[in-house]
Amino acid sequence: MFDGNLEDMIMTTRLGEVVKWARKNSLWPMPFGTSCCAIELMSVLTTKYDISRFGAEVARFSPRQADLLMVAGWITRKMAPALRKIYDQMPEPKWVIAMGACASCGGPHNSYAVLQGADEVVPVDMYVPGCPPRPEAVIDAVIKLQERISRASGDETRQGAALAPRQEGA
Amino acid sequence: MNTTHPAVTDLRTETMTLNMGPSHPGTHGVLRLLLEVDGETVVSAQPILGYLHSGKEKIAEHRTYHQFIPYTDRLDYVAPLSNNVAYVLAVEKLLGIEATPRAQYIRVLCCELARISAHLLWLGTMAVDLGAVTIIFYAFREREKLNRLFEDLTGVRMNTSYTRVGGLAWDLPEGFESRVRAFLDEFPSQLKEMDGLLTRNRIWYDRCRGVGVISREDAIAYGLTGPSLRAAGVAWDLRKARPYSSYEHFEFDVPVEEAGDSYARYLVRMEEMRQARRIALQAIERMPGGPISVPDPKITPPPKRRILCSMEELIQDFEIVVFGHRAPKGEVYHSIEAPKGELGFYIISEGGGKPYRLKIRSPSFCNLSAMSKMVEGRLLSDVVTVISSLDPVMGEVDR
Ligand code: SF4
Repeated sequence: MFDGNLEDMIMTTRLGEVVKWARKNSLWPMPFGTSCCAIELMSVLTTKYDISRFGAEVARFSPRQADLLMVAGWITRKMAPALRKIYDQMPEPKWVIAMGACASCGGPHNSYAVLQGADEVVPVDMYVPGCPPRPEAVIDAVIKLQERISRASGDETRQGAALAPRQEGA
Repeated sequence: MNTTHPAVTDLRTETMTLNMGPSHPGTHGVLRLLLEVDGETVVSAQPILGYLHSGKEKIAEHRTYHQFIPYTDRLDYVAPLSNNVAYVLAVEKLLGIEATPRAQYIRVLCCELARISAHLLWLGTMAVDLGAVTIIFYAFREREKLNRLFEDLTGVRMNTSYTRVGGLAWDLPEGFESRVRAFLDEFPSQLKEMDGLLTRNRIWYDRCRGVGVISREDAIAYGLTGPSLRAAGVAWDLRKARPYSSYEHFEFDVPVEEAGDSYARYLVRMEEMRQARRIALQAIERMPGGPISVPDPKITPPPKRRILCSMEELIQDFEIVVFGHRAPKGEVYHSIEAPKGELGFYIISEGGGKPYRLKIRSPSFCNLSAMSKMVEGRLLSDVVTVISSLDPVMGEVDR
């Protein structure tokens, strides 16, 4: 048995707070890297920038094991269904970061083949500007997302993104 | 009832269709493969492309020659600088001009640093694909140093858009040469570290040796270029065969291997990094002085300060920026030895500031075409080895 003051050893809190704390500090990203931004995303994950310092380094290439989708690169019309499918396969709660100009708004590729932003098919929580964004910017986005998770009300933590996919013409 | 069991010889197996990609860590981006497998053995592999098609060739028809430079970054985004050089060389050929000696040397320096950077990325990713995860951290440590240099030179880490028709965006920053030299001086020992972890490594050797073999004849027939061709015993390097941008002034060796397998491709690229370092050092040592852009007001816009003060120069600048360079009618093709192989631009001009048609001959696209042949009859796990040893970049394949 233990001897000592019980109050020193036990912390009382609400379950929701603990869950949020755990979620915030163990984001498992699924890098959906299609193009140039994916190369910078690799820099974020490796030496020097090393995102593991912020508790988001366990990159999973299976959507079923991830809760943070990082869309890095332009999404073509041919790719869009695959992106949506991957998003749908991820377990709740889940979040999406659109890294770079292309994933945010099509970037320089204003053409017949490219979606003008990944948010045409998946709900995006965080947009990172830049072409490509610096690794610091991506880390900043992850930290901001963590803050958002820890601030979220009960409902929002369940559902991840509060946004619905953008409607055509909306 | 008399049930007869089929004799063992009558049993047949069926092949299975397996879909790999377009989101798969082993396919270097967004390559999709339709594999027909018999057990673990690959019967056929059909690449399905277009998941990254952004219509760059079409975009080019609506951009002036200068405006298209940023799009060339986004072809082989692993080595943007050498794409920039390839493109402006084609445009310069169309316009019938030649860059100044200093610009040419700086372009050589850029191409070779880009080659090291591209090969480092290839090394890291190939090692990860084959399970040697440590290497990528070593490779990216070096790549970060290069990114720092590129940032110094061009203002950004990637997607540099540094060259201009008739020259360069700006001159080398102060002290750049010494910083490049410092990097190049310590690079061999760092490379040796990676080399020591892989080259004589039994697992690495077993997984690469004899995997994805292509014969000399097939390599030529498929139009392979770059390290993949040289690993099949063909000593073909555009820097030697058709020197451009003063490459004839530089001393370097073209590494060639005979085996034509993944291990040979690995060896060739490792040696190419050493040779690239040699060329870069020579470029710094013999860097000529002088202007970085051709002193022709129809090609090079005047400096900003003068534009703001004089009507004449304002008009010149306006002409180049709005209408583009006055290109003559004609067709040109120019190619360089990019890290992946022959990168060529074919421009058809009807006169005026925009191309009528621009075709990009990308090395990754042609190299990838040989992949199906290389994996047939091999194990499923060899597919990953073959793809990474061919080192395709999908931005360049789909364009
Ligand atoms: S935002 Fe820029 S760097 Fe990123 S994928 Fe698009 S073009 Fe490439």
